[in-house]
Amino acid sequence: MTRGVALLARYAEGLFWMARYLERVENMARLVDVTQNFESPGREAEAWYALVRINADEAPFADRGLFGEPEAVKRFYVLDATNPTSITASIEAARTNARTLRPLISTEMWMQMNVFHRDILAISEDELQADRLSRLCRRIKEGVQAHTGITEGTFFRDEGWHFYQLGRLLERADQTTRLLDIKYHQLMPSGIEERRVLELTQWSVVLRACAGYHAFRRVAPAGFAPRDVVRFLIGDPSFPRSVTLCVTELEWHLTQLRRHYGLRGTVGALERVEELRGALTDRAVEQLIAEGLHEFLDRVQRDLIRLGNEIGTAFFRDWRPLATQSQSMGPDMTQSQGAGGRTMRMGDLTLSMPPLEPEP
Amino acid sequence: MTVIADPFAAYQADPFFCELTAVRAGDGGAPALVRERLAAIGLEGLRARALAAESDLFNLGITFTVYSEATTIDRILPFDCIPRIITAGEWRTLESGVRQRVAALNAFLHDIYHDRHIVADGVVPGDLIFGNPNYRPEMEGFPVRFGTYVHICGIDIVRDEQGEFRVLEDNARTPSGVSYVIENRHLMLRAFPDLMAGMRIRPVDDYGRRLRAALSEIAPEGVADPQVVLLSPGIYNSAYFEHVFLAREMGVPLVEGADLTVENDRVSMRTTGGRRPVHTIYRRINDDFLDPTIFRGESMIGVPGLIGAWRRGNVALANAVGTGVSDDKAIYAYMPRIIRYYLDQEPILANVTTHICREPEALAYTLAHLEELVVKPVGESGGYGITIGPRASRAELEAARAALIADPANWISQPVIGLSVAPTLCEDGIGPRHLDLRPFAVTGRDTWVLPGGLSRVALRQGSLVVNSSQGGGSKDTWVMEDDFPEGPAR
Repeated sequence: MTRGVALLARYAEGLFWMARYLERVENMARLVDVTQNFESPGREAEAWYALVRINADEAPFADRGLFGEPEAVKRFYVLDATNPTSITASIEAARTNARTLRPLISTEMWMQMNVFHRDILAISEDELQADRLSRLCRRIKEGVQAHTGITEGTFFRDEGWHFYQLGRLLERADQTTRLLDIKYHQLMPSGIEERRVLELTQWSVVLRACAGYHAFRRVAPAGFAPRDVVRFLIGDPSFPRSVTLCVTELEWHLTQLRRHYGLRGTVGALERVEELRGALTDRAVEQLIAEGLHEFLDRVQRDLIRLGNEIGTAFFRDWRPLATQSQSMGPDMTQSQGAGGRTMRMGDLTLSMPPLEPEP
Repeated sequence: MTVIADPFAAYQADPFFCELTAVRAGDGGAPALVRERLAAIGLEGLRARALAAESDLFNLGITFTVYSEATTIDRILPFDCIPRIITAGEWRTLESGVRQRVAALNAFLHDIYHDRHIVADGVVPGDLIFGNPNYRPEMEGFPVRFGTYVHICGIDIVRDEQGEFRVLEDNARTPSGVSYVIENRHLMLRAFPDLMAGMRIRPVDDYGRRLRAALSEIAPEGVADPQVVLLSPGIYNSAYFEHVFLAREMGVPLVEGADLTVENDRVSMRTTGGRRPVHTIYRRINDDFLDPTIFRGESMIGVPGLIGAWRRGNVALANAVGTGVSDDKAIYAYMPRIIRYYLDQEPILANVTTHICREPEALAYTLAHLEELVVKPVGESGGYGITIGPRASRAELEAARAALIADPANWISQPVIGLSVAPTLCEDGIGPRHLDLRPFAVTGRDTWVLPGGLSRVALRQGSLVVNSSQGGGSKDTWVMEDDFPEGPAR
């Protein structure tokens, strides 16, 4: 049943997180882009602060002495390396994982990652200005898309590839729920016809942000309503960023791992997927909206976190005997990588650092 | 500014032996052809290509890491695009000399950890061996397969003013640099196909296959399909790129200490599907850090219980524990005698004359001739702690004198060797720069020597220190395939 070479648990984890961080980079660029495009005169601060709320970053944001100024939010999510959810921090984390994965990933993947990483670290404050921001976001998206394409064309599709896909799909599903949530508060349908038209325009921007506008127009009724957008982003079976499609693919990869690699640890994760699927299909969109879309999205996000935990516990934990003694795989472990040997800083290592080898 | 048409017009290697321009029997005209082709590319062309090549190295992350106070910096090993050429005849000497040296090192290690004949016969003083911090009592009486202790050996060789090869140092612990040999060749093939066209150069990319084969050979007996792994301290190690490279070339997992576990004296690795047995470990971790239960207790990069599993014969380690006693700078001085003693042969490759300062006569001589000699600490590597007499300031000489008197046993001295030079692309054109050569030998049942080796070049004018941490770079090293009775095809 098992084919190929055994995959180190540490590598599986690294692949999972590398993919996740890169997906996060792309999605953050999309979120920043959509916020920029959404910005309606006079309500800039509100629009940008929504980004902070949706990422549940109110506390760290305030800790830095920041308020909702648009410039501060942009800097926080693009440039601030100390903010773990920023693009800069995510690419750094992705590259650190890639570095440990170099024996596995293709040379072309590594090379592009290296160049992309350097490119992102070189982003200047000037590029955050309103007239240039959209171009910057496009460049960042394209960097991740280049990675995705190179991976598609060069990465060996054995066990490790499935873990890579699990990470990316989990993150993507999560990010779609956030994208949907970000506009939910501002976009509840109201009565006035004029306002409704404006809102529909804004929903189009959301769709464009996740590259779903044209596909949506193909499948949506002529006079579409916000609920159709919600249904599309959550439930469409063919849209690459819909939550349902991500969950379907997550299930497929878990099943492959079980069938072809005999990984019994997939049982728990598959149960979590079942729960998710239930949550996604149980109720009609109208009902979800009536009961509170935000609460629903929150629940999906929590389910995704549980799924991430399940995968972590089943496959990655064994190689972290030191880390897991003092720290269980709590919820925060699923949103960023845990403190294993990988993320250990230089300071921790100096004691155990071996003398340099007779160097070249 | 005058434009110099021939980039070699001002090239002047005297009084040193030049690896490209010296007249050598059997070079078949290859060096002359290379010069011709370099001239055709021109200085500007060379510079542009060298720049592109270095940027490739960066993008590919072919880097080593330098640690300063609080930061880590990724650096490339600077690459010089003018190749160093070794004739087929020269290589035969080097190859057989390296084999002989490896055979002697292994015989010596076997002897000192078993019957100690060499001490009883008075060839090497016992306290030099048993008082050495790299001597490992754990090894006493312990058998290793094929009597091979040093599976991977890098021998540093220089060439003196007369063009004679001399061994400067043996590296029998975890020598590094082989990845650059292979990457340099790939880089040359990409950037200088016109320089190499028609040249019959011995290929170097067989290394990974040979290494994997040797590591499989030394696995515990009776294991049909041994699992080989490469054990690295991790991404913060300066040689991490090389660990990745070798793991990939061999097609084996690159593991860190936390990936391995020992249960019932058996080593296994932690995989997604549970624990899988491991049979041979190519470890790039020093003895001291291998097993915190035996050696350094605070080490977090090793594997608790590894030495126990090894002593039970359940796993093989390459290199074996305790080889550091053989590549010590003090033992080095005895290598010609060690070769004669075990192999009953004259050394094919000469040593550099070495004064062992623990011996009163040698100390007196060294102190009297300090300004002419190179003084080296016996335990260091990487070019640290060296004083080069003719280059040293008065204060540096006095510091060396004080250190010698304080602890004579920690020092050896050698005459300054006028290392050979090779044409190197510099700021002001093509100039002579000193270089050495580190060939790599792989030994399982038998010894195989990678044709070529790492040519390290001191990029600073006049400098004799080739180490990468001190401004050294490297060159592609071409071992010519044929003896050229006629000359190469043009």
